[in-house]
Amino acid sequence: MAAAEALLEVRGLGMRFGGIVALDDVSFTARRGEITAVIGPNGAGKTTAFNCITGFYRPSAGSLQLTHADGRGFALAAMPGHLIARRARVARTFQNIRLFAGMTVLENLLVAQHVPLMAATGLGVLAILGLGRYRAAERHAIAKARLWLERTDLLARADDPAGALPYGAQRRLEIARAMCTDPVLLCLDEPAAGLNPRETAALDALLRGIRDEGCSLLLIEHDMGMVMRVSDHIIVLDHGRKLGDGTPAEIRADPRVIAAYLGEDEEDADHLAPADAP
Amino acid sequence: MSQRAPLLDAFLSALVALGLFAPMVGLETTVGVHGIVLVPRPLAVAALVGAVFVLRLAVRLWQARRPPAPAGAGAVRIGRAWAGMGRFLVPVLLAAALLMPWVASRATIDLGVLLLTYVMLGWGLNIVVGLAGLLDLGYVAFYAVGAYAYALIAENTGLGFWSCLPAAGALAALWGITLGFPVLRLRGDYLAIVTLAFGEIIRIVLLNWVSLTGGPNGIAGIPRPTLFGLRFTMTDDPGTFAGFFHLVPSPVQRQMFLYYIILALALLTNWVTLRLRRQPLGRVWEALREDEIACRSLGINITTTKLTAFAVGACFGGFAGAFFATRQGFISPESFTFMESATVLAIVVLGGMGSQLGVVLATLIMIGAPEMFRALADYRMLIFGLALVVMMVLRPRGLVTERKPSVTLGRGAAAIPAALIAEGHG
Ligand SMILES: Nc1ncnc2c1ncn2[C@@H]1O[C@H](COP(=O)(O)OP(=O)(O)O)[C@@H](O)[C@H]1O
Ligand SMILES: [Mg+2]
Repeated sequence: MAAAEALLEVRGLGMRFGGIVALDDVSFTARRGEITAVIGPNGAGKTTAFNCITGFYRPSAGSLQLTHADGRGFALAAMPGHLIARRARVARTFQNIRLFAGMTVLENLLVAQHVPLMAATGLGVLAILGLGRYRAAERHAIAKARLWLERTDLLARADDPAGALPYGAQRRLEIARAMCTDPVLLCLDEPAAGLNPRETAALDALLRGIRDEGCSLLLIEHDMGMVMRVSDHIIVLDHGRKLGDGTPAEIRADPRVIAAYLGEDEEDADHLAPADAP
Repeated sequence: MSQRAPLLDAFLSALVALGLFAPMVGLETTVGVHGIVLVPRPLAVAALVGAVFVLRLAVRLWQARRPPAPAGAGAVRIGRAWAGMGRFLVPVLLAAALLMPWVASRATIDLGVLLLTYVMLGWGLNIVVGLAGLLDLGYVAFYAVGAYAYALIAENTGLGFWSCLPAAGALAALWGITLGFPVLRLRGDYLAIVTLAFGEIIRIVLLNWVSLTGGPNGIAGIPRPTLFGLRFTMTDDPGTFAGFFHLVPSPVQRQMFLYYIILALALLTNWVTLRLRRQPLGRVWEALREDEIACRSLGINITTTKLTAFAVGACFGGFAGAFFATRQGFISPESFTFMESATVLAIVVLGGMGSQLGVVLATLIMIGAPEMFRALADYRMLIFGLALVVMMVLRPRGLVTERKPSVTLGRGAAAIPAALIAEGHG
């Protein structure tokens, strides 16, 4: 991806919880068509950064500028959370999986397409009477869901409750659900946590495929093998500050990064217990 | 230890029972020669305490003999049985509801109207509590708004029931939205308390705004519904039902008419709910009950979605209220106390939140049974309390706990067991 343009520009991002400084003057750029990884030890502020970008937290300082391919710009820090997903088209998954556990896999993917479906029901009224374009819209939504079920290898489980899926399948379903919103930027919070090596390899391929089809990714991950394999660009956070920024090769060679994170205990870094946050 | 634990436990239970029964049962007040005297009743206390001891011991020994079943296994089994029965229960109940007035006595038709009113209220509240997972303790407010809206519009404009019905529903929905705006930011207990207060506020306003509502005297002479303009009276003028069809006028005709109106309104509520459940709006209500944060990450506006649930639920409450007003011909704030909200909520919870069939079964139990066993009226609260305890132990999620998927790729997807379904926290 030569000379990719900026998709998300984070400038001077700060987030404070009372006395805790979770993020302090963090700046980076995620480019269109790339997988940008965010790494760092637990408590570094990675999830907090995601929560700021996706509107779950309002940053205490800084700006978040997202630019679509058609040139439309969005100042994410000033937008309500649901509009960030709806208009700016930023989708996300959660570190501790958040599926609609009592609904089926297919239902989960249809809820993700709620906004276009709702528009087709005439605000819910016409569809009750069986009028409007609803039938066609639903067929279209199910087709899209089926596509993502195939890509995440969940088609056989389509009618099972999401809460009954094994862990790895739940992680994949969350990605499928996020992709059903047609995002331009997909933020994944530790998608490989708890996966076995075979599942992680499949995830590699899935993420590369998503990137190659034009959706950029922001990826928080502790599995350094995976990060080095799939990322185009890596950002290192530590104690709320940015420690380094570069290609996988550069990051591997950066002495500060090695000291803070990679070098000390690569074994440990791979198996860090997930912290909780939304 | 394992040998003595049941004994010790039974002994402790007996001790608690002694503490409770000694003052409550152990002393009887009788009127003696010099005023009231206390007569001790040690035998009665001993019998009760002994019964508690033996029962507790029996329960513990029985538990010890059986290995503990995996949590909820029994519930799942019974749930399956219900789901299977549902397929045959629904047509039977529907046929019974349709045919009942032709064979039943007047008193039974009256009971049917009462039951159907609660079924309708239960179905309406089920949208808010069961589907969207919002705990609303003030549902009676919308029932009251519907009833007063119809009564006041009819009184002031001379319009009939059928013209006022949509207005009553719309006004209740409007109140639902008005209430929803400020309170839907609150979650869980806070939402419950504020909705409870709202229900009381509406009642107190109705009680005190005498110039509009007549205050405690209520509103009388509310017009009765007509069948395409035909009135139900005890004469046989051409403008009446009996006169038009050349029948002998009888009060049963009006009663049956009312019965079929509330049956139609209730079935309308059910039909709309079932349709909505299979469409984006209903599906997103359930998603909201499952996980609000995930909904927000998918671009769903949580506030408006909750408001739609409140508005639709309130609208059906309003319809039911208008029916109540036209059936009684008289309304006063006394009919809209918290007890009504609590009863309807109990129906929804007992039925199994989100289940339409559950609401019907729960209404039959909650409203039907006390009416049938009037002779036991003295023990009503006692039985009610016992039933609650038994429910909490056996089926804490209600009678019908499973959830049918709203859409499937393959055929015949299995129902989703209660253990996976969230109850909502807002
Ligand atoms: N809602 C919150 N309230 C208070 N402190 C928080 C909150 N969210 C995150 N933090 C704090 O911010 C820091 C960064 O957390 P987080 O972003 O979850 O780290 P990471 O995802 O990199 O492991 C931690 O010290 C955490 O305790
Ligand atoms: Mg984290």
